[in-house]
Parts: sequence; structure tokens; C-alpha cells
Amino acid sequence: MIGRLIPVAIFLALGVLLAVGLKIADHKSEIPSPLIGKPMPEFNLPVLGQPDVMVSHEELIGTPFLLNVWASWCVTCRVEHPVIEELARSGLIRVVGLNYRDEEADAKAWLARFGNPYELNIADITGRTAIDFGVYAAPESFLVDPEGKIVFKQIGAVTPEVIQEEIAPRVREWSKGP
Amino acid sequence: MTLKNTLLALALALTVSAVHAADPLVFDDPAMEERYNDLTLELRCLVCQNQNLADSDAELAQDLRREIYDMMMDGQGDDQIKTFMVDRYGDFVLYRPAMSGNTLLLWLMPGILLGVGAIAVFFTVRNRNQRLAAERQQG
Repeated sequence: MIGRLIPVAIFLALGVLLAVGLKIADHKSEIPSPLIGKPMPEFNLPVLGQPDVMVSHEELIGTPFLLNVWASWCVTCRVEHPVIEELARSGLIRVVGLNYRDEEADAKAWLARFGNPYELNIADITGRTAIDFGVYAAPESFLVDPEGKIVFKQIGAVTPEVIQEEIAPRVREWSKGP
Repeated sequence: MTLKNTLLALALALTVSAVHAADPLVFDDPAMEERYNDLTLELRCLVCQNQNLADSDAELAQDLRREIYDMMMDGQGDDQIKTFMVDRYGDFVLYRPAMSGNTLLLWLMPGILLGVGAIAVFFTVRNRNQRLAAERQQG
């Protein structure tokens, strides 16, 4: 009797395993960032369109912000753009752009065409700073807390759900004070 | 004419695949070049996740190869370079991740499965032997 049940049990176990695997497969390309909970990487980069004006990570620390990695060649960034604009307009959090591996002229044309929601745009032409942030695709977004620590990373487009469930609750927590 | 064209196309195709992902990186020391080749084979390309860094043509892979090259020229060791990558991209970049809390299950699973199999075989064989012995006694 028990001997007959063993194949059934194996079948069921395999079924559960495959079901879990299917669930995970949806998110398989998202690599969890080891930078969560760590201070944002150091950088000193020019402002987009103003090669003489440099901005460092230290200057950004103090007020929380969302660092949005984007590029004019990135198709998903265009899809994401209205959401970023809406987020900036809502005043929930300041939005800083990291223009990734882009041509200055292309980036400026892109902003002129689709709108510029960014308080500031940092130009990472070589992509070196993006490596320090563990960026492997665009768009990616990093939520940085008042102490300059990365607390959340969104791989792919920021959606209204992401704002509602991941970003807004943390910002509200910070505005309450320690 | 057609044959010649075909052969030419074939030759071109072979050339392209032979120099895939080539970078203008210059090594004076063959040992360094070998180290570089080993390292980039062991690190995963993040964009095209089933490729290693050596084979990938993705721009990020080119950037990372350049970074590894610069670090090597800087005199940094393999472990330092791997730590650099893991600090930014996590254990996932290593095809052979270090044994840690996160990867313990991954490393132990083959052994566990082998053990489970061995136990199953043991009980199956024992049961069959007992059954055969019982049948022999009866018969």
C-alpha cells in the first residue's frame, strides 16, 4: 500500500517544485542587489549639459531621493517616463537622474521631447559609476534615505504600484522623523 | 561564382565568430593574459545571463572587461577582482559562488540528493531481499 503511494508522493512533490519554479521564473532576470542597506557608492560626475559643474555623492546626502538610471537609447525608460514625471510632480520625493552611457546631445533632445522631471541630471558617460551601483540595465532606480543609504532598488520601470508599495511608505516613515 | 561567394561568406562568418567580443586589450605577459581569460570565463555577463563575460558583446560586458583589465594592470589579485564584482552584482556573477549562508543549499544539494537516493536504494534492496527470503521459506 505504502509502496504504491510513493510514486504519487514523488509526483506531487515534483508538481509543487515546478509550480514554485514557474513563480520564480518571472523574476529570474532580476538580480537582488547587494547594495541594499549600504551607503550609496562614491562618485564625482558632471551635471548633464554642464561639463564644468561637478556633483558628488556627498552633496546629495541629507534629503531622501530617487536616483533614476536612464538613457535616450533605452526604450523602457520612455515607457517609464510618465510615471517618473508624475512622481516628481507629486512632490513625494526628489528625483535625480543618472544619465547612463548616453550622448549629451541625445539626452538633452530626449528631455526636451518627453519632459524633464529631474531636479538634477548626472552624466555618467563612461558607465563607470553605474558599475559601482551594480547597474546592469536601464531603467533602474535606487531609493536613497536621508543618511545616503540605499534602501530599495527597482530593476526595470518604476510603476505606480512600486511607488505606492515600496517608495511612499518609506518616505512617510522618514518624514515622521526618527 | 556562387560557390566562391558561398565560401567567402562562410569564411567571413567563421572569422566573425572567432574574434567575437574581441577588445583591444594588450597584454605584455602571457601569464597575465591567461589569468584574464580565466577570470572573464568565470564571471557571468549580467545582461545576457547565460553567457560569461568573455563571450558577451553587451556594452556592460565590455565595460566590465575593461575594468577587470585595469584592475589587473593595477596589480590586483583574482580574489580582489571577484570581490569587486560580488560587492556590486552579488553572488550571481560568479559561476562558482563561494560557500556562504546564501549558497549553502546550492552547494549541498547534490550531496543531499545523492544521500536520499542511496537511502531509497538501501530500503528497496532490503525490502526485496526480505520478500524473497519470505517467499523462499514459504515455497
